[in-house]
Amino acid sequence: MNTSLLIQLLVNGVIVGMLYGIVAMCFVLIYKSTQVVNFAQGEFVVLGAWVCLALVVNMGLPFWLAFLFSLVFMMVFGILVQVVLLRPLLGEPVISVIMATIGLSIFMQATMNWIFGNNAVRFPRVFDRGTVEIAGLNVETAYLMSFVLSLVVMGLFFWFFQYSRWGLAMRATAYNQQIAQSLGISVGRVFAMAWAISAVVSGIAGVVIGLVSAVSNSLAIIGIKVFPAVIVGGLDSIVGAIIGGLTIGILENLAEFVDGQYLHIGNMYSVAPFYVLLIILMIKPYGLLGTPDIERV
Amino acid sequence: MAHVPNPRPTGDFRATYAADRTLFRTRNETMAVLAGVVLVALCPLVFGGYVLSQLILIGIYGIAALGLNVLTGMTGQISLGHGAFFGFGAFASAWISGNGIPVLIAIPLAGLMTMAVGMIFGIPAARLKGLYLAIATLASQYILQDFFARADWFTGGTYGSLAETASVFGFQLNNDARYLYLVLFWVVVAFVAVANLARTRDGRALVAVRDHYLSAEIMGINLTRYRILSFGISSFFAGIGGALYGHYLGFVSAEGFTIILSIEFLAMIIIGGLGSVSGSLLGAAFILLLPQAMEVFANGVATVVPAIAQGTAYIKQMSVGAAIILFLVLEPEGLVHRWRMTRASWKLFPFSH
Repeated sequence: MNTSLLIQLLVNGVIVGMLYGIVAMCFVLIYKSTQVVNFAQGEFVVLGAWVCLALVVNMGLPFWLAFLFSLVFMMVFGILVQVVLLRPLLGEPVISVIMATIGLSIFMQATMNWIFGNNAVRFPRVFDRGTVEIAGLNVETAYLMSFVLSLVVMGLFFWFFQYSRWGLAMRATAYNQQIAQSLGISVGRVFAMAWAISAVVSGIAGVVIGLVSAVSNSLAIIGIKVFPAVIVGGLDSIVGAIIGGLTIGILENLAEFVDGQYLHIGNMYSVAPFYVLLIILMIKPYGLLGTPDIERV
Repeated sequence: MAHVPNPRPTGDFRATYAADRTLFRTRNETMAVLAGVVLVALCPLVFGGYVLSQLILIGIYGIAALGLNVLTGMTGQISLGHGAFFGFGAFASAWISGNGIPVLIAIPLAGLMTMAVGMIFGIPAARLKGLYLAIATLASQYILQDFFARADWFTGGTYGSLAETASVFGFQLNNDARYLYLVLFWVVVAFVAVANLARTRDGRALVAVRDHYLSAEIMGINLTRYRILSFGISSFFAGIGGALYGHYLGFVSAEGFTIILSIEFLAMIIIGGLGSVSGSLLGAAFILLLPQAMEVFANGVATVVPAIAQGTAYIKQMSVGAAIILFLVLEPEGLVHRWRMTRASWKLFPFSH
């Protein structure tokens, strides 16, 4: 057994898993506070990355300024999507809402293909690329940076929901919209804010991925990978989303290891999470950490 | 479902249960459907290749969309894996006919095989609903896609597989005009079968599961059984549609059966009208023709604004996404509803409101 390869893959899994976790967190945030499943989450990630890249390359802005601008852009975009697309669909059946976000994802994909092209584009050198040796393992600094940034984002999330006024308002809305409204919380604003935060954080994830590898439209696949992650964690648990993301990241790399070393089937990397997803759903229909939906007639 | 005005002619009262359960509501409706079938059957005499190929494709997609409508429209189960089942039908039929069984028999056999696969993937669905179900079917889409790429013996792997030409007693159905009749036959079979299903005990059970699954269960409807049955029926028609598609193109390759196709099927039934039998066909026609109309439109604009010219492919894709969104926001009940409204306002004139 090739131990060093295994450990290397596991480290990769943790780093990629953190990013999955962040995107899953954005996904859960929207679901929890507005009961909308966002199938366009992957496109949000890509959009953030493209906007930042375009600002750096075409406008010649310094990276930090472009980053800031792209976050502002994502915020406005998230609010727009909520107000224009999803507010008219309030109270419609699940399938309508799902299809609306699917329609949005198709539309965004085509538009981004058109505007930004089909090729993968690398960010110009923003940070030094090198490797650091940690406990005998070579870890790229870019990966390390993405890991740290993920931790920071998660910390901010935690602070926001635990201590800030708006975070509490969002939790109250997620718990019960009517009660929240009667306490003077503007539910409409909370909805818009959930989308704004989700879009901004997705954008951050997109820029990080772009810095680590490259920006391309195929990154949107992360929006699909998020599903196994949130199912593992439960659709309405933010902590669960992070755990789920990590699990899926590690699982993918483990599957690749087992497959590469022993099975030689190929492509296990991308399919294994879906098998796990089906098995989990068969045993626990609400995910591992999700709350069961108890209904009365 | 919202209230849909769908007035009957004056004086047409239903005095018996049997009269209330007829396949078509009025004689005119029966005539209209028969006339439609005859008209399509006469098309090869008038139209050339392009119109015929579009009719064939509308029929094929219509059958598959109808299957999805049984699952999503009638039973209320979302499926994001319908495109993969469609593909499975295409590969299955190519594989069966490749083993020496005549194509005409291979097509229903492929439907049955797809049905079996659909029911297997439907097992987790028996306990899930709403979002979790959507995600579970998404998983089945990716798992099947992976299977297509891998199972060389069945699908020819990355090379794809050849589907034989259909023939009736040595008479080759090798051009569009001939193939149209085969598709038309299956369209009639499928649509009559589903229209019939809606008035049987099983069909009503499916609708009850959609409207309120707990009440349905209390009334003695076996949820697991009907949910899996619904998956089976839906994938049977997906399989038939896929098989017809495979033999029409003569070549089946895995690239065509991605999540995009599944989404297009969903778009078809939403645009046509959820739970509406005739809506499935309307929606299929809409989704098939919309990108082509957009292409013509974009080419027209491109003569004025040349910058548009390279974007035609993207405009086609954007139009599908935009159509889904616009229909959901502006006309959530689909084209069928629009048609009924028009008819109602015509019939009730001048008291339309």
